[in-house]
Amino acid sequence: MSTITQAAAPPAKRKKNALSDGQGQLAALLLSPTMLVLGVVVIIPVFLSIRESLFFKSDAPDPNTGMVVSSEQFVGLGNYLNAFNSATADTVAGVWGTMPRLTNAFLNNMWFTVVCVALETVLGVAMALIMAKAFRGQGIVRAAILVPWAIPTIVSAMMWKLIFDADGVANKIIGTKILWLQDNAWSQLAIIIADVWKTAPFIGLMALAGLQTIDTQVYEAAKVDGASAWRQFTQITLPLMKPALVVAVLFRTLSTMAIFELPYGMMGLNKYSVDTLSTFAFVEARATRYGPAAAYSVLLFLLVAVVAFLFIKLLGADVIGDEEVKAVAAQKKRRRLAAKAAAHGQPAASVGGGGVITTTSGEGQQ
Amino acid sequence: MSTPGTQLTPAYSTSQDEVAALNKPVRDARFWVTAVLSVLGMAAIVIYCLLPFYWMIVSSLRLPTMGMSNDFLPNPPSTENFIAVFSPVNNFGRALLNSVIVSSVTTVLTLLFGILGAYSLARLRFRGKGVILAIIIGTSMFPGITLLVPLLKMFTGSYGWFPNWMNTYQALILPSLSFGLPLCVWNLTAYFRQLPVELEHSAMVDGCTPAQAFRQIIMPLAAPGVFTTAILVFIAVWNEFMIANTFGTTKAMMTAPVAVNQFTGSLGFNTPFGTIMAAGVLITVPLLIMVLLFQRRIIGGLTAGSLK
Repeated sequence: MSTITQAAAPPAKRKKNALSDGQGQLAALLLSPTMLVLGVVVIIPVFLSIRESLFFKSDAPDPNTGMVVSSEQFVGLGNYLNAFNSATADTVAGVWGTMPRLTNAFLNNMWFTVVCVALETVLGVAMALIMAKAFRGQGIVRAAILVPWAIPTIVSAMMWKLIFDADGVANKIIGTKILWLQDNAWSQLAIIIADVWKTAPFIGLMALAGLQTIDTQVYEAAKVDGASAWRQFTQITLPLMKPALVVAVLFRTLSTMAIFELPYGMMGLNKYSVDTLSTFAFVEARATRYGPAAAYSVLLFLLVAVVAFLFIKLLGADVIGDEEVKAVAAQKKRRRLAAKAAAHGQPAASVGGGGVITTTSGEGQQ
Repeated sequence: MSTPGTQLTPAYSTSQDEVAALNKPVRDARFWVTAVLSVLGMAAIVIYCLLPFYWMIVSSLRLPTMGMSNDFLPNPPSTENFIAVFSPVNNFGRALLNSVIVSSVTTVLTLLFGILGAYSLARLRFRGKGVILAIIIGTSMFPGITLLVPLLKMFTGSYGWFPNWMNTYQALILPSLSFGLPLCVWNLTAYFRQLPVELEHSAMVDGCTPAQAFRQIIMPLAAPGVFTTAILVFIAVWNEFMIANTFGTTKAMMTAPVAVNQFTGSLGFNTPFGTIMAAGVLITVPLLIMVLLFQRRIIGGLTAGSLK
């Protein structure tokens, strides 16, 4: 037993990953500018943000001199806890009742994300189905569908501000006198409409791209087997469209969670029915209360991370999409299983197989 | 569908004529219903996408005094709003120039760094590739505000070890790289992966160094992908608001989207909607021209990441 392990161990140690056949240095050279820039503009700020969120800047007068002294003191998780605690935080009355402003912003965030993404996905898939059935005019529709995507969000916010004005065309068409922009539940609806308008077509594009990868023969086979249109949709279209759709929906979800321009442009800051974590953190940062601002933005960041993780684990969103990375992961898993088997005294027959690389990345990929 | 009996007929008894008849598209009532529904559906999509934008154009073509009019056609049509946009008070020309500078420089920098990174991610084998891909994609998922708060503190000189960068071009360009670069690398990696690796192999067999193979074989083939990526990054930076609104606050350093937003306060309580819409149209038109010209490429680029 021991002789077998000794014989198998040295090659595994000399070359832990057989894929890195001397290209590592070149890759490091080529990737360093990108990673350096990302390090400076993303990684360092995020760490600064986390550090910042643990401090609080106080402008208390010095007890000896009476002068106002700005000092930063370490408060640990104080910025986070105080903001959720209605005893220490300012409470506001949005559409969810009276509560700390952060809780209110958090609820708005979740509400916007769930409603907008659900509507966008349903509308987007419907658009994709219509476009896929189209005989002619696809070019016009494709150009039209890119218009909402291309308009800068802040410009579309101003546009919807005009449409939803009390004397605007929205009220004229539906014959009402709703105050859409006056910080109430209607304002939330206005934001949702503006967001869905801008991004449902984008999801439609992604879903159409997914649809077009489906072989029409699959549908013909289903027809021969007597599958109804609805069954074809749920059993063929949706599952085969899913990989493309899930990635698009993931990115939409994350950017809806960071929604800023629409509330800012349509209603302005400090409007509690449309206040989000982004706008709240922005208000605090503008007032140079960096500690709380950083805490709220870090909360949003954690939220985004959790949602992205859930999407990847539960819905299998394949955001990386690299065959080689997948193969390496699979290989590691096989090795682990083999090592486990060996530890349990099983014959080590499968250990040798663990080192075989099955990927064809770079060679056979089209 | 309409001839279920024929399908069961044994193949040897089907004559050429019958085969031709079966292959001919069936134009029964069902066909026409589908056709009409599909045209209606397409029309609905086009109206959905264009109607709010139409309202923006119509509102920009009214007289400045008729900003709140709800007529579906400008009556009388006027270009005064467009002239008002460029009145010296608004400083909109400078804002457009700033937008062009920030978007172009960011796009060029992004491509410079991104092409190299994307190529090595698509082609080279090295350890830690999964981690690097995850970092790059992870950074593109970051909420802008998480970066904005510390950057604001940095750029206002609060840290001491960092110079005051407020209202400088670098303060607008560097943070834009945070979303431009991941977008670029992500798109180009997908594009490079599609190119057959045999091209480089045969070039190297013919005596090219890897660098030569990249320059002389891959870059010309990748030009369409690079071009598409450039358009996508340019549009993303052009449309960016939060960073520009925070770091470019003086009239001399505002980008066009920020300037449009600032029109609000300039005339007291009466929001100059006509002028704002005219400026909005002006900001959007360059993008729409790009979209119309390069429609297929843009759609290809947008969907490349999700389809691989």
